[in-house]
Amino acid sequence: MSAETVTRSGKVRKLKPDRDVAPWTGRYAPYDLAKEFTIALVVVVILVGGLAVLFGSPDDKPVTVRSWSTADAVDFAQTAATELDGTSGTATYGPPYNLNGTAQSIGPLAPAKWLGVHHPIDTAQDFVLGPLSTLPDNPKVQAALAEYRSAPASQQASWNAAYEKAVANATFVGGRLVVPRGDYGPVATLIAEETAMARAGALDGALLSSRQFYGTDYTKPLLFIADGQYLANLADNQHLSGDQWGMMNETGSYPGQAWLWLYTLWYQVPPANTSDNGDIQVFAIMIVLTTLLALLPFIPGLRSIPRWTRLYRLIWREHYREVERGGGTRAAAAPTG
Amino acid sequence: MHALALVVGALFGSIIDLNHPGHYIHWGFIQMSYANALVILLMIIVFLAAILIPFRSHKGEGR
Amino acid sequence: MTVVDPKPARADQADLDKAAGRPEDAAQWTARLRESAVEALPPQKLLPDRQPAYVASWIYVFGVTTVCALIVVIATGLLLAVMGPNWWHVSSTGLFVNSLHLWSVEVFFFAMVVHLWGKFFMAAWRGRRQLTWITGVVSFLVSVGAAFTGYLSQQNFDSQWISTQAKDGINSTGAGAIFNVTNFGQMIMWHITLLPLCVIALVGIHVLMVRLRGVVPPFAAKGEAIGAESPAGSEVEA
Repeated sequence: MSAETVTRSGKVRKLKPDRDVAPWTGRYAPYDLAKEFTIALVVVVILVGGLAVLFGSPDDKPVTVRSWSTADAVDFAQTAATELDGTSGTATYGPPYNLNGTAQSIGPLAPAKWLGVHHPIDTAQDFVLGPLSTLPDNPKVQAALAEYRSAPASQQASWNAAYEKAVANATFVGGRLVVPRGDYGPVATLIAEETAMARAGALDGALLSSRQFYGTDYTKPLLFIADGQYLANLADNQHLSGDQWGMMNETGSYPGQAWLWLYTLWYQVPPANTSDNGDIQVFAIMIVLTTLLALLPFIPGLRSIPRWTRLYRLIWREHYREVERGGGTRAAAAPTG
Repeated sequence: MHALALVVGALFGSIIDLNHPGHYIHWGFIQMSYANALVILLMIIVFLAAILIPFRSHKGEGR
Repeated sequence: MTVVDPKPARADQADLDKAAGRPEDAAQWTARLRESAVEALPPQKLLPDRQPAYVASWIYVFGVTTVCALIVVIATGLLLAVMGPNWWHVSSTGLFVNSLHLWSVEVFFFAMVVHLWGKFFMAAWRGRRQLTWITGVVSFLVSVGAAFTGYLSQQNFDSQWISTQAKDGINSTGAGAIFNVTNFGQMIMWHITLLPLCVIALVGIHVLMVRLRGVVPPFAAKGEAIGAESPAGSEVEA
């Protein structure tokens, strides 16, 4: 004989043990919630205080355009060249920064494309030409800018292509960028002066305050820095790279965000680990899994796992001892007052 | 005064400096920092302890 | 045996009578709101001093521990707010408060996960408790978001790396058009206003749901006759 229940709306249906449970009519016992809360609060405060005194917290200094170009001027120059010629990661990103790249898609869905460009970035202008034009007292720079801007696009492209090949073999000697000789027009001067500007610390400010005094939006300098190898190398040394499960990690030896284990797992395996659409694929997987977790109470099979694994027998062992000793009904554990 | 400065310094500094490169477990395609692995291990231990250690806040009540 | 509440003093009762409860006011929104709130969660249900006898395991302390850790997270966050986002980079006291904030977050997630494991193995959604489970899961997700914006607000190397990496995941969904992880001002405002309010609201609803429905009873014991002693028409599921 299977148990039945009557719902609030009057329907009679079978009691499903993974969905339903009869209301408790058994014994109650004193339980001081306020005292429990107070003790828990004191324990947590002591625990947190102890951990903070023992271990402190990390605070690795940020990279600046200045520190980057000082530590690795060649990487900086190479990156600046790709920003000027529109081949950098940011320049070819696509939405939300520009339309020079394809938005990620999964099947017919390409939400970044639908939302479009909301943080427009023209890397040549925003990262190179614009900041250089804030140096009006430098006639060499102004002349190079004028020459570059007045040249037709095809001429600019040919200078950029030649320079990009050459800067791959650049060196930094005696405080100056040295590239093999070639016909780069004003591009060599522009990049060399941009490197000097960066090393002097003037580029950080120029990238940030292009339009307003009080800035809190660091998108431009961050994207510029992230286009280079320097930041990525620092991260890799700290085991923070995507393919190192870095999403879970913290700088140094601190514990990080262990709760991100499942999110970062999908980046380590096919297809996401090599696909151009890896990010949206992982996101789709996580949406599905998260929905399953949230709606677990409604999913037959999954919601039966607790009953099948019987770990609850351990948790409620005192209760089961009482009930099973009393002959199998909860009447044995009737309320006593 | 010197003793007080030491105490305050110890309080607001940190006794164990974790600002050095970490160690990592490599197991197949899994890579995990020692710190994270320890945290997860502790979670499992605490969970098991919570369900195994007897809870006796009302001994003999209502029997 | 029932416990009878002692009658309030006559003067207090007179004040209460003046303030509320007249039959002619029963249709008021205020009166209806009060009556439905008190009916759903009378004081004895909101702050009970007894629990079913099966609530006798250390696993049951992890919910309240999570809430206490959240209180410490918020309190230390408020301390950081007093001196502003740059303080902890230049002051050793500030760095200590930042450490308290970081470790309280670690304790918060630790306790929450142990609580989640416990509730899963107890199948705590049974008996009209699905919403309790769902609000718990959503609280977890929003908390991850709150922690994420916190890491982005650090103004150090870690936040530089996290923002330039996370932007790809978020941009791929289109959300990057609005939620710009490299925009420090936006991220810190989400971190200290929008997301904490959401977490507090969700946790509040979650705890009220637990009080409303009570702690989930155990699965039926071996040979236990379920429903045998329950009167016909007993409520189990809406």
